[in-house]
Amino acid sequence: MKQKLRRSMLFVPGSNTGMVCNAFIYKPDTVMFDLEDSVALSEKDSARMMVFHALQHFTYKNIETAVRVNPLNSPFGLLDLEAVIRAGVDIIRLPKTDTVDDVLEMEQEIADIENRIGREKKTLLLAAIESALGVVNAVDIARCSKRMMGIALGAEDFVRDLHTQRTKEGLELMAARNQILLAARAAKIGAFDSVFSDVKDKEGFMHEVEYIKGLGFDGKSLINPTQIPWLHKAFEPRQKDINWAIEVLEAAKDAKERGLGVISLDGKMVDAPIILRAEWIIDLAKASGVLGEEQ
Amino acid sequence: MSKKLETAHAGTLESSDAFVRVIPVDAKGIEIELESTVEEIYGDAIRALILETAMAMKVDGVKLIVQDKGALDYVIKARVQTAILRASSETQPNWSALS
Amino acid sequence: MKDIEKQFKVEDLTSVNAPFFRAKEKAKGEDRRAKLCESIEEAIKRSGLKDGMTISFHHAFRGGDLLINNVMNVIAKMGFKNLRLASSSLASVHDPIVEHIKNGVVTEIYTSGLRSKLGEAISKGLMEKPVQIHSHGGRVHLIQSGELKIDVAFLGVPVCDAFGNANGYSGRSKCGSLGYAMIDAQYADYVVVLTESLEEYPNVPASLHQDQVDAVVLVDEVGDPSKIGAGETRMTTNPKELLLASHTAKLIEHSGLFKEGFSIQTGTGGASLATTVFLSEKMEEKGIHASFGLGGITGTMVYMLKRGLIKTLLDVQSFDEFAAKSLGENKNHIEISANEYANPSSKGASIKQLDIVVLSALEVDLDFNVNVITGSKGFLRGASGGHSDTAAEAKLSIIVAPLTRGRLPTVTKRVNTIVTPGSTVDVVVTDQGIAVNPKNVELKARLKKAGLQIVEMQELYERAIALCGEPAEIKYTDKVVAVIRYRDGSIIDVVRQLA
Repeated sequence: MKQKLRRSMLFVPGSNTGMVCNAFIYKPDTVMFDLEDSVALSEKDSARMMVFHALQHFTYKNIETAVRVNPLNSPFGLLDLEAVIRAGVDIIRLPKTDTVDDVLEMEQEIADIENRIGREKKTLLLAAIESALGVVNAVDIARCSKRMMGIALGAEDFVRDLHTQRTKEGLELMAARNQILLAARAAKIGAFDSVFSDVKDKEGFMHEVEYIKGLGFDGKSLINPTQIPWLHKAFEPRQKDINWAIEVLEAAKDAKERGLGVISLDGKMVDAPIILRAEWIIDLAKASGVLGEEQ
Repeated sequence: MSKKLETAHAGTLESSDAFVRVIPVDAKGIEIELESTVEEIYGDAIRALILETAMAMKVDGVKLIVQDKGALDYVIKARVQTAILRASSETQPNWSALS
Repeated sequence: MKDIEKQFKVEDLTSVNAPFFRAKEKAKGEDRRAKLCESIEEAIKRSGLKDGMTISFHHAFRGGDLLINNVMNVIAKMGFKNLRLASSSLASVHDPIVEHIKNGVVTEIYTSGLRSKLGEAISKGLMEKPVQIHSHGGRVHLIQSGELKIDVAFLGVPVCDAFGNANGYSGRSKCGSLGYAMIDAQYADYVVVLTESLEEYPNVPASLHQDQVDAVVLVDEVGDPSKIGAGETRMTTNPKELLLASHTAKLIEHSGLFKEGFSIQTGTGGASLATTVFLSEKMEEKGIHASFGLGGITGTMVYMLKRGLIKTLLDVQSFDEFAAKSLGENKNHIEISANEYANPSSKGASIKQLDIVVLSALEVDLDFNVNVITGSKGFLRGASGGHSDTAAEAKLSIIVAPLTRGRLPTVTKRVNTIVTPGSTVDVVVTDQGIAVNPKNVELKARLKKAGLQIVEMQELYERAIALCGEPAEIKYTDKVVAVIRYRDGSIIDVVRQLA
């Protein structure tokens, strides 16, 4: 299956009306409305109602949406789920996920709601790994549900659990990042890095992005729209790769037209994963604005 | 809505938001008091939206005071709905009636 | 010498009609401080100001101007009536003029801009005669054509000598370029310079010259330095402004004009400043330099000058203290008059050499017409400025505006007031797509190829309406409260009284 680009996931507090109304203009790959940590207890209901309407608004029709709901063991979790699944959200981001049971419980509730309201499109799941236990269980969490589209690192809580703090070098996150990435790839789902909170530090942000991109992450959660163009720039494919991808796809098209079963380019065989990779590079190039409509 | 209403409010006075107050009154019907930064060109449309939203929730004998800071329709709707749900102490909303 | 007449034959004298020389007894140097007046009142008396005359001011102090209100108060106290007020523009700080209109002191206004309570009051029908709104270039044209004859000009400056040599780039209330005042000094019948400090003669290089000035008055203050700067001078952190700026910079990069020696004009405001910053990065990256930056000059432009990214700044108005200071210090930062800047009938206006201009808008419509003078609710609340001048002459005129401001749509079916005709507008950049004027076929193709989000104006309009709703028609009476004069003096639109 063709992989959707998910370089940028922009966190939008459900209680911040200005952000809710404007987030779509920044064109993150995914908008992630938050009903959990960024929303005060007294505003859980108003944020839920706001996100319920935003999800149905035309401005969010052509953009992937996710909602981070409150935990099911809180008074808000189920209400959040009901509202946002009815409103047509694409992805539920689980709050802190430690075990497979956390996922299965959420999956069951989602399925119940979908059945009850007759929603056919399956709501996807994104698990946030925010504890040592979660990291240890990451492999099982990543493959326990067909709905799981990715796992994401929540670094702030994780470093507290480790009894340390975040640093620029990020050594404290090394094990977690590697484990999450391996778990995601083994389950053939996405891997997403944590937020970078210092909005003013572009250099530090770019450094971190280059690093996690090098590790193999698909993208990153963001808290400020200003970071979106920086992130996308870092993921912009090189011209060399674009040229390669165009050649691969042309070879594939040519082979198909001529009814050939085997695709070859410069004498080398081109198989399905290579075509997927080439398509992904072209998508990236188009999304980065380095490839116009003509090509 | 059968429950008796209490005074309640929702929203903020920030730009692009609306602050809605629900006040139960003795008279029948829904009374609307709107103060909007876009009164000249959207005032009537906003009053109609508030009324429609409140009627869909079957409230009666209520005054809605709305201070609008240039909020989009769906924001006004969300604020009115939240304020009314709060006023009726309703914790399990009937979502299909709210969209 | 007495018998000079006898030295000539009668026939030698027929060609000229001049009197014969008579030696004067007066001591030399007696008049060296004669232009100095004790007070504003004395200067007004000397000027011979009469009811019904035209008085003028300049707007280089913008929101920090203290002079117009002070002089107007003196004029009102002296009992003058029926004056025509011709300030190159008016800001929010000039709301007290409302009282002078009510009292019959001012009965006619020529200006580039009207804002705040003054704009509202005039929109509601405060004046009998409609205000004439002109562009910066158009003002010079109206003056030269004789329609706007200035009787007495009151020109505030931070420093001047007793003989009338004044500049704006030194002293306490630095306003920088005196590009607008230079016109009044040249054309007014009587010129009063009001200064915050008196320098020793000669205060040179001067922007207003001794041979133009009739009277000099030392006043306590002409401006509030903290308010002279036009808005934000630091890099914006507003993500929407940054988004607009990055679209605009990318557009310029792929416009076909972004090459060695190009020229550019930008305005104030977050998006405009950020555009210059983003553009500088691209210029450094590609080793491209601009030949000149024009118009209202900001600190970011000065920064580019210092970095060698721009070779020359042609400054008609300094938008902040950095620009004001640089004007006095950098020999490549040049002061130009409004006539050199933008007058359509000038022998040489710099805008005719300009490649790219980045402009703002209150409203843009389906035909690309731009409104920068009335808001969505129909009130006078902006300024014509150099908008129509630069749009008409620059090779590429770019309008940058958010698609909506809160719930107010920027893209409309028909703008409330046309200031700049759509035929002179090349591109409109919004946060939700870029519309290219259909006449620019090649540009449109270029920008599409570059991966910019190019849409039709109709799509932008429909999107704005989908977000905000169809606005109700604003109700006007038949009375005209302002006439919008195009740069050549013709009438392009009128503003009617709000019902």
